[in-house]
Amino acid sequence: MSLDFKPGAFNDFFRDETFRDDFTYRNSPQNILRFPFPFDRDDYMYSVNMEPHVPGRKGTAFEHIFDVDEHYVSEMIDRAKVLADDPLRCQSLPHMALAGWDLLELLMESKARDYPQWFSVTKDGNRWHWINRPLGIDHRFTFLDESTLPYGPFEYITRQTQGDFSLQDERDNDLWMDAGMVTSQADWSLDFDVGMSFMEWHAPVPLAHEKGVFDRALKFLLKLQHGAPVRRFNWTMTVNPLLDTAPETYPIWGPSKTTLTPENLGAKQHLRVELQSLYRLPRSNAIAFDIRCYLSRFDDLVTVPKWGRRLHRVLRDLPEELATYKGFIRNRDAMVQWLSKHDDGSPTSPGWWPED
Amino acid sequence: MSGGAKLQVRVAEVVKVNDLITRFRFVTRDGSPLPAFSGGAHTVVEMDDHGTRRLNPYSLMSDPENSTGYDISVRRDDAGRGGSLFMHTHVKPGMEMTLSYPVNLFALDSRAKKHLMIAGGIGITPFLAQIAQLTHFGGRFELHYAARNRALGAYMDSLTAAHPDRVHCYFDDEKQTIDLSRIMSMQPIGTHLYVCGPKGMINWVLTTAEGMGWPEPALHYEEFLAPGTGLPFKVELAASKKTVTVGTTQSLLEAMEAAGVDAPYLCRGGACGQCETTVVKCDGTILHRDHWLTPAEHATNTKIMPCVSRFEGTALTIDR
Repeated sequence: MSLDFKPGAFNDFFRDETFRDDFTYRNSPQNILRFPFPFDRDDYMYSVNMEPHVPGRKGTAFEHIFDVDEHYVSEMIDRAKVLADDPLRCQSLPHMALAGWDLLELLMESKARDYPQWFSVTKDGNRWHWINRPLGIDHRFTFLDESTLPYGPFEYITRQTQGDFSLQDERDNDLWMDAGMVTSQADWSLDFDVGMSFMEWHAPVPLAHEKGVFDRALKFLLKLQHGAPVRRFNWTMTVNPLLDTAPETYPIWGPSKTTLTPENLGAKQHLRVELQSLYRLPRSNAIAFDIRCYLSRFDDLVTVPKWGRRLHRVLRDLPEELATYKGFIRNRDAMVQWLSKHDDGSPTSPGWWPED
Repeated sequence: MSGGAKLQVRVAEVVKVNDLITRFRFVTRDGSPLPAFSGGAHTVVEMDDHGTRRLNPYSLMSDPENSTGYDISVRRDDAGRGGSLFMHTHVKPGMEMTLSYPVNLFALDSRAKKHLMIAGGIGITPFLAQIAQLTHFGGRFELHYAARNRALGAYMDSLTAAHPDRVHCYFDDEKQTIDLSRIMSMQPIGTHLYVCGPKGMINWVLTTAEGMGWPEPALHYEEFLAPGTGLPFKVELAASKKTVTVGTTQSLLEAMEAAGVDAPYLCRGGACGQCETTVVKCDGTILHRDHWLTPAEHATNTKIMPCVSRFEGTALTIDR
């Protein structure tokens, strides 16, 4: 058994595009309005901005627990390429196998329920039959028996799911990042962080520790209950629609920050949004963390007047430490300059929806 | 929402296990499978005791992979606040009840080379689920289980039949005691120790382990506190601008709920920390009964756990 993709079905919906080299990634007109714009007001500061992860508005990225959008097939092909170059982007410490099965169950059941036209899972006891039509996968395997899958359960299912994932083991009143699939990250390294505790892997974040954000967040997460997932946003900036902005490959993509000009900024500069969601897993008592990356170029964002005005104000007033930590201090002034042409000074309505 | 997600269930079976213990089996009302859980998890059972709402935590004892039903065992406490008596007297097959999703405050450490389990009396229940889970996924364990006498040794027969070399039983009435220091001295490096039972047993096991130099992260225990009874007391709720009087057999959390205040909770046994509340004013003594707050926090009376703790004095105001 292998995990060779045989895409081809549903090509009228799933885009054939690249996140590297010629960067043919684009959002279709209907997908621009679907973008999860992360600012619900005209300024931004760290907070424990968690809310219940319940299905939201129809036609948005919140409609289903695990959003599958037009970039799905191309993102999975990009992930396979990253893993072929660097297998350490997916790691699972030996005691995390059960948590991997928990996540596999959660993802298969959610996708089959929410997207029956694309995914199906049928069960006869522990004998499961999984069909992933967009990727051309049709597998029968035995649940909880790793020898019946081409990869461990965690790698198997996250090779078929948009978004990075980490699995946190809970012990000693702390969370430990003991597994991860990380190929669309905002400049952090699984290979460096694997095995770390909650405070250890968050150590580099500026300002938030002093505000007690991480003490509160850890306390909150230790009480996360099965059946009651939560979500929050994070965001940064990326030049070119590059999913894999990894420290390991910084020499390759880092210099692209020097290529921005006032003329190409709208097309090359992307707002990178992470819709992060957290799930308590049933058998392992571990916590799954889904970091789903969405990219939108500035040209597309400013087609929504409210978003253009607000993004200008957020970037203009952002504390310098944050712009430095997020890696775009070098181009911040150029972005603010470019966006100022799309801010007429009128008020913006509360909330992040485009037309409210 | 306080208390998190809920499961709508029906009582499928009520089985008297011995003079003190009765087992209850719950299935979903619509026949859908129940979620899998991790060994050591508990559920909070909601009871409508003739108008009084009771929420008691009980360890899940059934096989975590069996999604057709959840089993709990309830020990009758004739001097308690009434939850266990309600379960024994009024809960019958066919009754509809509500459970919380499973919550685990007594999880196995999945890195352990071996799991050494010490159970006293009804404290056996979380180990039953943990042993089932270890049997599915592999994992060494050894159980030492003490009961008052043979008649009260619930589930001893099935445990020893299934795991004759790993389960050891002891009876107080026959003057048998667990030879703890000898057992602990024979464990391989990387063993984790788990104890669930009466407070005295937990203290004895933890003290022995610490004395023998066992590392603290390798020691796990679970003791559910019943909220306990006491004199009635009055509490001002600053945020909701209400005053509640907590009755003799009521907890402060229950009194707030009865007054329509949506206070957070998970375990209702002083262990999880969810209901932690800031004390605004305290003229008197808080009777801290939780495992959550630090000794320093207990001493300064700046926080209270309304699920188990009480108050004696002239005025208590909390931020809820």
